[in-house]
Amino acid sequence: MSADEGDIVQFDNVGLRYGAGKEVLSDISFTLYPGSFYFLTGASGAGKTSLLKLLYLAQRPSRGAIRMFGTDVITLPRARLPAFRRRLGVVFQDFRLVPHLSAFDNVALPLRVSGVREAELEKPVADMLEWVGLADRADARPATLSGGEQQRVAIARAVIGRPDLLVADEPTGNVDPEMALKLLRLFEALNRLGTTVVVATHDLHLLRKVPESLIMRLDKGRLGDPTGALRYPPRRNVPGHAQDSGE
Amino acid sequence: MSRAPALARVVARRFSGLGSERAAQLVPQARFTGPMPWVIAIMVALTAIAAAGGLALANLANAARAELSGGLTVQIVEAEQVERDRQAELVVSLLSNLEGVANVRRVSDEELGALVEPWLGDAGAAVGAVPVPALVDVRLAGPVTERRLDGLRKVLAGPAPAARVDAQAGWLAPVFSAITSLQWLAAGLVVLLAATSAAAVWLAARSALGSNRGTIEIVHLLGGTDSQIAHIFQRSIGLDAVLGGTVGLSLGLAAIVLLGRQFAALGSGMIDGGGLGWVDWLIIAAIPLAGVVIAMLTARLTVLAALRRML
Repeated sequence: MSADEGDIVQFDNVGLRYGAGKEVLSDISFTLYPGSFYFLTGASGAGKTSLLKLLYLAQRPSRGAIRMFGTDVITLPRARLPAFRRRLGVVFQDFRLVPHLSAFDNVALPLRVSGVREAELEKPVADMLEWVGLADRADARPATLSGGEQQRVAIARAVIGRPDLLVADEPTGNVDPEMALKLLRLFEALNRLGTTVVVATHDLHLLRKVPESLIMRLDKGRLGDPTGALRYPPRRNVPGHAQDSGE
Repeated sequence: MSRAPALARVVARRFSGLGSERAAQLVPQARFTGPMPWVIAIMVALTAIAAAGGLALANLANAARAELSGGLTVQIVEAEQVERDRQAELVVSLLSNLEGVANVRRVSDEELGALVEPWLGDAGAAVGAVPVPALVDVRLAGPVTERRLDGLRKVLAGPAPAARVDAQAGWLAPVFSAITSLQWLAAGLVVLLAATSAAAVWLAARSALGSNRGTIEIVHLLGGTDSQIAHIFQRSIGLDAVLGGTVGLSLGLAAIVLLGRQFAALGSGMIDGGGLGWVDWLIIAAIPLAGVVIAMLTARLTVLAALRRML
């Protein structure tokens, strides 16, 4: 597979095993092009969460190659990984909100990590909380929020920095259908602005809501790609991203 | 890729985001409800007392050495009083005219009586009751050396055969040796207490790391650098150290002043030389600052070492 600096992520024959166990992911190859929208599906234990961990740089693969934003992240020195992580937005399945911080401070966390001044983050965080319907819960601690509210805070935290790649693990699992659709529209809006989105979900109805999306189906640690569309995806014009001259 | 992400535009600006008060709340702050400030307070108080003791002993030894460095004593060990007095006067006369001798004084009978009174009582101390050697107190210009002592002995050997010449510092050599040992003991205590403080901070940092592992992982995955995360703990433990150091220094100073007054009340000439100078007080005042530096450095190194085990 040729390296293309315009690609967000390239996986090439990636395998992952934990310790001395058998591989939980085998021969995974795909390319995420800027502005693409993917749904990652598969049965429980198929390896979705492991694949997402590789995507949000929480895990190194046992074999294969991963390029992210044109850089080989497997051989990348550890000290350079934070700069890559700041270009990602992650919605964890278990939310992973900081329990001592308010909803506002949880959403503001990525901006603070990046050194945004307090005066500059007040408005975007407040706007984002309003967008996910939690403007009146800005001062609430996670323990006092419902599961759905916590999930919306987690999503707001993931998208607040307009990431290049958004990785979401079951992001609509705890919200009602109306809110699920609203959150999906938020992901689509981000996608239209150039963010590549990968959503892991069991909800097959959700897949039909985004007609332009591609489906990544994992089965026992292997990625089905009969047409090669995952490895060589169709490309489209995306705001802010350079066009591949070969297309 | 031409579009710079929103976050990337501000990444290099500064790292003060996680250094801010609000972000510091990432680690729950226990302050005086937690054990850390109190551990540091006790360590600083004990270190201050040990350091004050060591410095006072050093001052005492230096003062005594300075006082005795040029001093020597000539004893006229002669049972016959008339001959003893004759030789004593001759020694005073000879030494007074000798080059390099700053002062010569014969110790009076009253002073001799007072010196032996604790052993012989009033009656025994009365001059003449017991043949006590006559003493001549001599102060040389410059320190007493073996060579100078030998020279004086040769000068006095003929005219005053009963004269025995001894350096005053030599008499107190065992005392100086004991003081030096105590100084080393104080220095050792200071080092041990500093090491114990560092170990306590190390344990506290590891405990805080363990109980905040989830938060650390989140900040880590959001792109927080090791340095930023270490800064949060460093700041938290640094604040504990400042609070503990202030309390510890206050306790230590109170103990030092109290002990100082009690020793001063003894009225002993030697102990008077063991007072603390302003430089000593500055050194003692610097102990909590050193404690803060040790605490912050230990916390930083501990957290960085733990973070290196994460991807």
